[in-house]
Amino acid sequence: MALLETIDLKRYFGETRAVDNVSLKIEEHEFVSLVGPNGAGKTSLINVISALLSPESGRIIFKGEDITRLSVTQRVKAGIARSFQLVNVFDDLTTFDNVALAIFARQGKTAHLGSLAHLDHEVTREAVAILDQFALAPKRAHSARDLSQGERKLLDVALAYSLRPKLLFLDEPTSGVSTRDKGQIMDTIASVVRAEGITAVIVEHDMDVVFKYSDRIVVMAQGTVLAQGTPDEIRSNEQVAMVLLGSSGPDAFTRKD
Amino acid sequence: MQTSISGPSLSRALTVAVPLVLALVLLPRVVDLYQTELLIYGFTFAIAALGFNLLLGYTGLLSFGHSAYFGTGAYTVAFIVRDLHVQSMELCILGALASTLIISALFGYVCVRHTRIFFGILTLALSQVIWSLAFKFFWVTGGTDGIRVPRTTITLLAGLLDFKGSGSYQRFVYSYYYYVLFLFLVAVAIMWVIVHSPFGKALQAIRDNDVRAGFVGIAVRRYRWIAFVISGLFTGLAGALWVPLNGLTTPDILYWPFSGEIVFMTVLGGFRTFTGPIVGAIAFNYLKVYAVASSQYWQLVLGVVLVILVLALPAGIVGTFKHLAGKLGRS
Repeated sequence: MALLETIDLKRYFGETRAVDNVSLKIEEHEFVSLVGPNGAGKTSLINVISALLSPESGRIIFKGEDITRLSVTQRVKAGIARSFQLVNVFDDLTTFDNVALAIFARQGKTAHLGSLAHLDHEVTREAVAILDQFALAPKRAHSARDLSQGERKLLDVALAYSLRPKLLFLDEPTSGVSTRDKGQIMDTIASVVRAEGITAVIVEHDMDVVFKYSDRIVVMAQGTVLAQGTPDEIRSNEQVAMVLLGSSGPDAFTRKD
Repeated sequence: MQTSISGPSLSRALTVAVPLVLALVLLPRVVDLYQTELLIYGFTFAIAALGFNLLLGYTGLLSFGHSAYFGTGAYTVAFIVRDLHVQSMELCILGALASTLIISALFGYVCVRHTRIFFGILTLALSQVIWSLAFKFFWVTGGTDGIRVPRTTITLLAGLLDFKGSGSYQRFVYSYYYYVLFLFLVAVAIMWVIVHSPFGKALQAIRDNDVRAGFVGIAVRRYRWIAFVISGLFTGLAGALWVPLNGLTTPDILYWPFSGEIVFMTVLGGFRTFTGPIVGAIAFNYLKVYAVASSQYWQLVLGVVLVILVLALPAGIVGTFKHLAGKLGRS
């Protein structure tokens, strides 16, 4: 049984078919990349699966249960977490408090109003460990607003990761980050995700990154799934090369022009 | 690598709080009766502002209707004393908390469906419903005359202290000073724990980014509602404590300008700090009393202060003080 399955999922914006009859399966422990030109519907698909948008029609099955009608928080509790293309963190909280809050929320402790947050050593230990994993420990006392763009991106991912999800969506975790930092961020994310056996779906434009880290690649265009397969299969798929690069032929993905 | 994180230091908070509390305990021995009375008013407003700021400073919701909860607390005490002939202030307070709980839960449930200006307008509109009820149903509420709650009709500490006979005014002010001071300190301590609890952190997260708060699994609307009710309860307690001091409750404290005064107090002290609303409420009380005493155009004085405040000290008294202290500390 697939961890996640979408059945004929549809989401239109007026005439635009952002998500058009998408039926997709994500298996447990996979690292899947979602690629496609701008406007292909990658982010819309994630938005529908994470309940930021509601679908026109279709169903979403997670761990064998229909979650199409569940709210954002219900899906988070079920085990689906996501990061955002545009950094979406708690700007006035410290880096530490950002992560600690996600842990408190996961443990259902945000309902506690009679205990002091910083005296919860269990949460503190875990938050420090996560900040270490994401190389954010030196900045833990800074407010999120004062972090660099790359650090903010990592914090966004760390927030989602702190929920210990079964399924993690990462929407362009390296966008707006310098090429040098990109590799570092992806290495961090990939190592953390693999170590925990988290199923990850990542939206990414950099095909070098995509080929390097993915178990499977899903190519979207105009709201539909155009092709899917292993990195090798996608690399040699001429139709995909045409859509993504505007040219095809052998070595289309490695040729630099 | 150390695994503790610098939280709000309890020992640091206590080193500031303990001398201050001692000073407040000794103050009535130094200042006269009138000043003591003014301070009691200051404490009651401070409790109201503290409650109000849980919504504004910590949850990011600007209520323009907190007069409703202050008034509910006040009128409940008046009803209990007048109609049930209950004398115990403690029972009055419990009654006031119960009625404020109902009203703020009801109003909050409606208001937290919206945010920003829509939230503000809804809180304002609902508070004016309560005001018009108090205003129109004069056979119950006394209309514009209000309801008298003479200090002789109430007792403190389950009947241990009453205020009948000669010299009772003086005895009342001094006893009531310590009574309100104690409840004020309890309110401050409770609020301090709330804003530093995981729940308080969740409120601040909602304030910063309500969309992401949902995506870490926080039920945003429910948390806003709970914050609203707690906020209302604090303000209701303030209203209850205010009545015997004032000796009378009138629809003025339900009218929207009083909601504005609670906003003013909080902004004056600084809404991004914990102590800001406390300092602001006490300062505002003095400011208003002396403005009223010195000029018939006292509203003008307050207006000018508000303009200066917004332009020159947007962080409020405490916020600006902290900023300056931080600068001095670095240089």
